[in-house]
Amino acid sequence: MKTIEHQKTFEEPGYLKKIFTGTGDFIYFTSRFFKEVLKPPYFLKETIRQCFQIGYKSLPLVAVTAFIIGLVLTLQSRPSLVQFGAESLLPGMISVSIIREIGPVITAIICAGKIGSAIGAELGSMRVTEQIEAMEVSAINPYKYLVVTRVLATTCMIPLLIVFTDAIGLYGSYTAMNIHSDIGLQRFFSEALNHLDFSDILPALIKSIFFGFATGIIGCYKGYNAKGGTESVGRAANAAVVSASLAIFVIDMIVVQITDFL
Amino acid sequence: MKGKMYDYGNVNESQPDESLIVEMKNIHKSFDYVEVLKGVSIRVHKGENLVVLGKSGSGKSVLIKCIVGLVYPDEGEVYVFGNNISELNYRTLNKIRVKIGFLFQSAALYDSMTVRENLAFPLKHHNKKLSNNEVGIVIDEALDNVGLQDAAEKMPSELSGGMSKRIGLARTLILNPEIMLYDEPTTGLDTGTAKEISELIVHLQKKNKISSIIITHDMACAKITADRIVMLKDGMIYAEGKYEELAASEDEWVKSFFS
Repeated sequence: MKTIEHQKTFEEPGYLKKIFTGTGDFIYFTSRFFKEVLKPPYFLKETIRQCFQIGYKSLPLVAVTAFIIGLVLTLQSRPSLVQFGAESLLPGMISVSIIREIGPVITAIICAGKIGSAIGAELGSMRVTEQIEAMEVSAINPYKYLVVTRVLATTCMIPLLIVFTDAIGLYGSYTAMNIHSDIGLQRFFSEALNHLDFSDILPALIKSIFFGFATGIIGCYKGYNAKGGTESVGRAANAAVVSASLAIFVIDMIVVQITDFL
Repeated sequence: MKGKMYDYGNVNESQPDESLIVEMKNIHKSFDYVEVLKGVSIRVHKGENLVVLGKSGSGKSVLIKCIVGLVYPDEGEVYVFGNNISELNYRTLNKIRVKIGFLFQSAALYDSMTVRENLAFPLKHHNKKLSNNEVGIVIDEALDNVGLQDAAEKMPSELSGGMSKRIGLARTLILNPEIMLYDEPTTGLDTGTAKEISELIVHLQKKNKISSIIITHDMACAKITADRIVMLKDGMIYAEGKYEELAASEDEWVKSFFS
């Protein structure tokens, strides 16, 4: 029997090449979202289901964290302000801190941990058990059904969770204020909100939309492109959390620079 | 040896054939710098059951993934219903995919959905005019075909391996495909269940008059289902013929499957 050798020779790509390839893949994956989001079918039911999973089911965790942060921030800031006789500035200082920075960043980090890892693990598991391929061969666009719905849900729900965090955080601060002094709820919120203006709220809202988008798209990217066996599910979840957390800080820094410039 | 033996890399050339449903010409495919398929050529005719036999890692699964465009060959061409899969845009490819059923090795049921939702998902997606009542009737009929009428409200995690395969089969057949691709349909099942699945494949193939490509290394499954067998070794076609022809082969490697 005649034998013909077909074995080809290949070169292992370098580390730098892998970084560029990965970046290119991620840019393509993200740009595909903007292409697919406008085209039917829209999978509205699945998007609403994801909003429920991502938004409603994160409420308890976000609420507890926000309350504690507002409380602790007030308790720790109070002695310094009392030293300068500026205790009355406390509600304003706390509200600016929470609404401009702490509320959005802490909520986004919690969501990166809870939602980013859940998306990464779920899609990673679907990839390794061939469920994504099954969708593909059934002529159903898995990117649209799995990625677009989840990214839309995180982009809509994380800003809402951040608004919720801000409110609960301020309530935590009000509770802490009442440990050492007696201040009414109406007066506390009146003083807190008097120190805020449009330039405090708008950048926070804008960056929270970017935080939501980044958490969703990174979680989906890591899960959707999971390779190998079950260990890749854990890897995808872990990489989703790490990358999304890092992206949140980078986005925060960029938005702060831009809004300061404006 | 009665089965036809191939030289590595040979292409089986012949005249255009009206009954030809799948034609793969000189397929090469590599993963992670390892060449998995090395010039495989296969033809499947209408109504034919082709079994692809080979040991693990011989490139069998990659071969059928090329047919549905899950994997694209590095070299060579795949024609399905006369269309070159590599040249189709996503929309046209999906129109072809609707006519192809694919049963995965793991059945690949959507684990966040019940059995009923698993079946309804592709059906509703491709038949938007169907009412909920009509969808229910089609699902009940599909479950009846695979003998699992009572499993409709179960989650995939509650199903045994054999039940998962049957539900996967029902989900695939619900779109009335013209070709069925089975990726190791009996792997991980006990002998009795494997035989039941093999007989179900033949029964549904005859009932729905579809062509099938069955990837397996289970000889009992091959014996029940095959009209013709192609044997893959190291990513190349090593032998081809009917079950009886290959069973009578004097070749040591071919004999190792039938002994």
